[in-house]
Amino acid sequence: MSVSLPGAGQERFRPRLARRHRTGRIFRYLCLASIAFSVAVLIALLVDVAVDGLRWLSLDFLTRYPSRIPARAGIKSAILGSLWMMGLTAAMSFPLGVGAAIYLEEYSKKNRLTGLIQTNIANLAGVPSIVYGILGLAIFVRYLGFGRSVLAGAATLALLVLPVVIISAQEAIRAVPTSLREAAYGVGATRWQTVRHHVLPVAMPGILTGMILSLSRAIGETAPLIMIGALTFIAFPPTSPMDPFTVLPIQIFNWTAKPQAEFHELAAGAIIVLLVVLLLMNASAIVMRNRYRARRDQ
Amino acid sequence: MSDIALRTEELSVWYGSTQAVKEITLDVPKNQVVAFIGPSGCGKSTLLRCFNRMNDLIPVARVGGKVLFGGANLYDEAVDPVEVRRRIGMVFQKPNPFPKTIYENVAFGLRINGFTGNLDEQVERSLRAAAIWDEVKDRLQDSALGLSGGQQQRLCIARALAVEPEILLMDEPASALDPIATSRIEDLIAELKTDYTIVIVTHNMQQAARVSDLTAFLYLGELIEYGVTQRLFTNPTEERTEQYITGRFG
Amino acid sequence: MIATLLFACGLVSVLTTIGIVVVLVTESVGFFRQVPIREFLTGTRWAPLFSDQAFGILPLLNGTLLIAFGSMVIALPVGLTSAIYMSEYASPRVRGTVKPILEVLAGIPTVVYGYFALMFVTPIIRQVFPGTGIYNAAAGAIVVGIMIIPMVASLSEDALSAVPRALREAAYGLGATRFEVSTRVVVPAALSGIAASFILAISRAVGETMAVTLAAGATPRMTLNFLESVQTMTAYIVQVSLGETPHGSLEYQTIFAVGLVLFVITLGMNVVSNRITARFREAYE
Repeated sequence: MSVSLPGAGQERFRPRLARRHRTGRIFRYLCLASIAFSVAVLIALLVDVAVDGLRWLSLDFLTRYPSRIPARAGIKSAILGSLWMMGLTAAMSFPLGVGAAIYLEEYSKKNRLTGLIQTNIANLAGVPSIVYGILGLAIFVRYLGFGRSVLAGAATLALLVLPVVIISAQEAIRAVPTSLREAAYGVGATRWQTVRHHVLPVAMPGILTGMILSLSRAIGETAPLIMIGALTFIAFPPTSPMDPFTVLPIQIFNWTAKPQAEFHELAAGAIIVLLVVLLLMNASAIVMRNRYRARRDQ
Repeated sequence: MSDIALRTEELSVWYGSTQAVKEITLDVPKNQVVAFIGPSGCGKSTLLRCFNRMNDLIPVARVGGKVLFGGANLYDEAVDPVEVRRRIGMVFQKPNPFPKTIYENVAFGLRINGFTGNLDEQVERSLRAAAIWDEVKDRLQDSALGLSGGQQQRLCIARALAVEPEILLMDEPASALDPIATSRIEDLIAELKTDYTIVIVTHNMQQAARVSDLTAFLYLGELIEYGVTQRLFTNPTEERTEQYITGRFG
Repeated sequence: MIATLLFACGLVSVLTTIGIVVVLVTESVGFFRQVPIREFLTGTRWAPLFSDQAFGILPLLNGTLLIAFGSMVIALPVGLTSAIYMSEYASPRVRGTVKPILEVLAGIPTVVYGYFALMFVTPIIRQVFPGTGIYNAAAGAIVVGIMIIPMVASLSEDALSAVPRALREAAYGLGATRFEVSTRVVVPAALSGIAASFILAISRAVGETMAVTLAAGATPRMTLNFLESVQTMTAYIVQVSLGETPHGSLEYQTIFAVGLVLFVITLGMNVVSNRITARFREAYE
């Protein structure tokens, strides 16, 4: 309890401190409860998935193809499909994204076109992923005739993650000290030589971190790949970019949408695998970020 | 005792392991202007922020010793810093009006502290006391951010006066202002002295000499010399005070 | 030469936008040749896949907005109060623990949330409200709300943290409690940034696909009842692409018309949100 300071109560204020502190405490608990809610949901989600799916996890589960009989089903084609998808998505979005970032940070003049591109990137980042799916379906599957292939899927996802890749690459490039560029120009390097030999090597860890985080978004994407017609029952791995494919999230969607409880458990098993992959990707991004910071701070 | 507004006893402040204020004991008499001077980093702002427990907001800050206000130690566990800050007002280095209307800036403290009188009257009174009423009376509902820097600072003074503090702490209140705005603030301080006790931190020695009755010179967290302003500036007893006021360091 | 190549990379993003618009508009034009725009925008029955066809998008909009509204009831207050806690109350250590947790929540794929909705949230709803079907709007809304909390929390926290420390000190100096400083000074000062985060959150909820497809069902319906099954625009698009709808048919074209509506709504909200954020930044930098 608080004591009043001398002289209080003789003036025209009724501060009602006890009441205000009580309101404050209640509010603080409310805020804390909000955070506790998120934490509780995360725990509930992980426990729910673990309880349902852990017993299906085995080497067989990882190395078998999907089957109509739950006990024989596995996610080999989904894992391989996801790996293909990641590889191709990275191969397309990395050069495009880094190129665009270099253009915007090092080459472009501050004019209306640049502003337009920048605004456009920011707005694209908020377009629902399913709209990219519609674009992929019309352009890659139909118009360019890629069909329902790994390539069509990867091209779609590459466009989807491109804004994030560009924005994070821009940030990494912007973080490179100007003195480095001036030093390079000072010894007569061209703009491209400066970028290629001085800016990019320093910015690369940051760029790669952003790339991994973008890919970790891509690996969980489902809707756009359903749109372009990724199939759920694929009993063989893709051997070329033109093959049909499935990926982990689609396999999860398919199993979750089935009525039988065994398939739900398989879905949970596949979710565990997907979450572990995501965890590894994020962990590597964090490690890279920390190493980058440590080096920068030296 | 009744002539003393504030008294510190062996007051110390640590930021982590560095001691910013070292066992300072001094009295602030009522209805006087006391100036704290000294080179930057000497602890004068830190000391000032002990007087309304602003240092509580800095997690690493630790305070030892006493600050006596009407006989009560402000750092007593039972004392509520929220009440302390209403009774001992503060004006900051840079004008920091809320992004609200001019009226709401002054009314804010009245609303939260349960003012029982007439709100409009009190707002007007505070604005008059801060010598800004004539400039803003026709635009009370405009945003305070539209005022000039000097006007903003006087608005901040009005805002502090509105909750009827007994002591007004001013942390380099004119350092962000131009000379004309500065001199208006200094005139205002002279007027406010009749009703309030004022403690002002300044890095400007001429300002201290102009506005204050008493001056304390701090160096490296220690109170080197404290006395009547005129005497301290003309006839300092400590060598370091003399060196500082004659501009040999700082 | 290199400059041109890099410029081309930058142009890809612009081409993407143009591609989206061209694809959606051209295919929708074919659709609107057969279905009057008026009927499409004002019709209250949506049944393109039945023999008795109807093309009124309102039931899909109804489902979308119902889910969006429900999810906002969860995400906005929880997200904002989480942000206030992190920005105004939490010690650096607590913030350092909570932020990664929210990032993990944000990084979980939406299909996993769909699973969680169906296997965890729906059974609870069915226990509380017996007679509720497996597919219901509530489960979708709750899970979409949960998904969006991290976004609201993180963007709102950015806005709150951008409020200058001097304003907080001014309020404390007048004898305000932490609660009063937070709710009467900091939140109002950050309001436009918070609003931007809210708009972006609604846009995310409108565009969210997998969780609502799995949890909310596939029944286009004009309803405000959260315990009924509804269909969102996104869920409809998925439904069509899962089926064997022949390319070029009117049914096939519906996904472009619905996609166009979805795109216009979400893009509009993103543009507004980005504008507000830009203005907010200007005010404090």
